[in-house]
This record gives sequence, C-alpha cells and structure tokens, in this order.
Amino acid sequence: MEYAISKSSKVLPFLLVVGGLAVGFANGFFGGGGGMLAVPLLTLLLALPEREAHATALIVILPMSIGSALVYLFCGGFRSAEGFPVLFGVIIGGIIGSFLLKKIKNNLLCYIFYTLMIAVGIRLAV
Amino acid sequence: MIILLVLAGIIGGIIGGMGMGGGTLLIPILTLVFGVDQYTAQAINLISFIPMSAVAIIIHFKHKLIKTEKIGYIILPAVISSVFASVLAANIDASALKSLFGIFLAVLGAVLLLAQILKDKPRETT
Repeated sequence: MEYAISKSSKVLPFLLVVGGLAVGFANGFFGGGGGMLAVPLLTLLLALPEREAHATALIVILPMSIGSALVYLFCGGFRSAEGFPVLFGVIIGGIIGSFLLKKIKNNLLCYIFYTLMIAVGIRLAV
Repeated sequence: MIILLVLAGIIGGIIGGMGMGGGTLLIPILTLVFGVDQYTAQAINLISFIPMSAVAIIIHFKHKLIKTEKIGYIILPAVISSVFASVLAANIDASALKSLFGIFLAVLGAVLLLAQILKDKPRETT
C-alpha cells in the first residue's frame, strides 16, 4: 500500500499534531469515540497495520481520557450507582476484547457495528 | 438493574478492548436504556475506560501490537484539547449534548462504513 506522506516528511509531525488536537477535542467533548478517530490517524499517517492501529489507539487515548475524566469528575458528572457496576463490567469486557482482537478477523463485525452507530446516532439526534 | 449495568459494561468493554471505541456503544446504552443523562453517561464511559485500557494495553504489549514511534506528536496536543473540550461539554445543556453526540455518532459511523466498503472492494474483485 502506498502512503502520501513519507515517514521522514517534515509535514508529518504537523499533521499528527492537528490530528491529535481533533481526536482530543472529540474524545473530551463526547466522552468517548476518540479511539475510532485515532485508528485511521494511525493507519493513514503512521502506516500501522489494522491490528496494531487498534491496539496503539488505546495508548493514544489513555492520557487524554485521564485528563478529561478529571474534569468530568470535578464537574460532578460521575454517579456511583450506575458508574461502579458499569466500571466493573467494562474491565471484564476489556480483557475479553483484548484477547479477541488477537484472534478474530473482524470485518463483518465492523459492518454491523458501523451500521448500528448510524442508527443509534440518528435516534439520539432527533 | 446492577446485573444489567454490569452486562452493558461488558459489551462496551469488549468493543473497547478491541480498539473499536466502546464508548460509542456504552454511552447510548446508558442514555437510551438506563435513562442516564448524556453528561453523566460520558463521565462514566471516560472513567471506565481508564482501568480497562490499562489492562488492555498490557495485554496488547505482550502481543507486541503496540507501536510507540511518533505517537507523542498525537498524545500531547490531544491531552490539551481534550481538557478544553471537557470543560466546554460541562457547560452545555445535556439534551443539546445528546443531539450533538448523535450527529457525531451517525457521521462517524457513515464515514467508517464507507471506508470499510472501499477497503474491502479490491479484495473481492481479485
């Protein structure tokens, strides 16, 4: 696969910074979704293969999520009645998902998931 | 109720651990199914993501799927813009935030779906 920007290009750091600003803004404002923006950033600009991009996206999102989470906590966004059960489930699910990423080819899953996103998005917007 | 919340967390965690953006699913589950307000749902998602991703990152590191080269260019600006965006989100009406989140989700889903279709097309013809 050919990439428009070579790894030694002077433009690359600039594009990464602009991309970072956009991903950070979306993830902070919407409290998530940054991973989905970070993955194309990593595949297109840093030429990472799909699986590596999905894994690396997590380490890209973690620092900004910590920053955002502190602001949300400070502004009283977290409610423990719902928060703690969800937190517990997410940790278990995260472990399962990490092992699945290593094993399965998830093209079909992508189609299902993206279609679901569109449907749910429309439902929320109207 | 608690069991259902844990289950919602597990679903979000699996998607998140695969680096597909668990929050895009978990946030609407919390608002539409459990009646949590948008800002609180975003806060719960952000906070749940931190321990989940820490665990997932360790697993991905062991599988050698994480590539750290040049990601600092993305991470640093992203942290700054995410904190700014989090403050902004705290000062917006929850129902407006929900609508904006819906638009974000639908547009992102459509773009990702289109990208996936384009990516799979040449493979099918060969």
